[in-house]
Amino acid sequence: MSLLNIFDVAGSGLAAQSMRLNTTASNLANADSVASDPAQAYRAREPVFAAVMRQSGMDMMAGVGDQGESVGVQVLGIVESQAPIARRYEPGNPLADGEGYVYTSNVNTIEALTNMISASRTFQSNIEVINTSRDLVLKTISMGR
Amino acid sequence: MQTLSNIFGIHESALKLHAQRASVLASNLSNADTPNYKARDLDFAAVLRGEGDKSSMALMQTSSRHLALSGSSTEADLKYRNPFQPSLDGNTVEVPVEQSAFAQTAVRYQASLMFINRRIAGIESAITGN
Repeated sequence: MSLLNIFDVAGSGLAAQSMRLNTTASNLANADSVASDPAQAYRAREPVFAAVMRQSGMDMMAGVGDQGESVGVQVLGIVESQAPIARRYEPGNPLADGEGYVYTSNVNTIEALTNMISASRTFQSNIEVINTSRDLVLKTISMGR
Repeated sequence: MQTLSNIFGIHESALKLHAQRASVLASNLSNADTPNYKARDLDFAAVLRGEGDKSSMALMQTSSRHLALSGSSTEADLKYRNPFQPSLDGNTVEVPVEQSAFAQTAVRYQASLMFINRRIAGIESAITGN
C-alpha cells in the first residue's frame, strides 16, 4: 500500500535533515575554535544527500508496477570543507605556535545559519507529510464504520 | 442490474491512485535538498482514464504462453515536473508547489473515502431494510 511507503520516505527525509542540523550545530559550535597547526584546525562539515530508490515487498507481490515510485533520501557521507584555513596572530594564546599564530576554523557562519533554516523548513514539511498520511491511513482503516 | 462487485465505481481505483500520487509527492518533498533530484508527478487524469478503459482495451491473449499485462500504473505515467525557477544544483523540487499538490491529493483521497463510506452505509441500510 503506497500510503504506508510515505512513512518510510518522509522518515528518511527526517533522518537526513536531522543529520544536516547536527553538522550545522557542530559547525556553529566550533566556529571560533583554534588550533596550533593548520592540519588540526576545525573544518566545516556538510552531509551529502542522494536519492534512494525503494520498492516495498508488498507491492512487488501484489504485482502493482510502481517501480521507483517512492524515493527516499540517504546521506552518502559527510565531507569537510576545503576552504582555506585562516591564521591569526595571538601570541598570548596557549595554543599559539612558535611564531605566535593560531589557526582558526574555516566555518562560514552565514552559510551555516542559512543551512540551518533550510534544514528546519524541510524537516517541518516532512513532518506535515507524515501527519497528513497518518490521518488518511487512520480514516482508511475505519472505512465503513 | 448493478452487481455488488462494482458498487464503489471509480472511487475504488481513484483511492489507489491518490495514495500513489501522495507517495510520489512525499518523495519529492523529502528530496527537496538532494542535488540533481528531478521532481516527479502522476498524470492523474490520464492514469484514471486508463483505469476506466482497462476492461475494454485489455490486450488479447491468443496463446496460453502470452504474458498478462499486470499493474495499474507504470513508470510511463510518472512525468517530470517543469520547474518555475530552476535551481543551481539541478534539483527541480519546489516545496510550495509540492505542498499544495500534496494537500490537494489528501483532500481528494478523503473525498473518495467519504463516497465509499456513504455507499457502504447505503448498501447496509438496503440490506437491513431499516
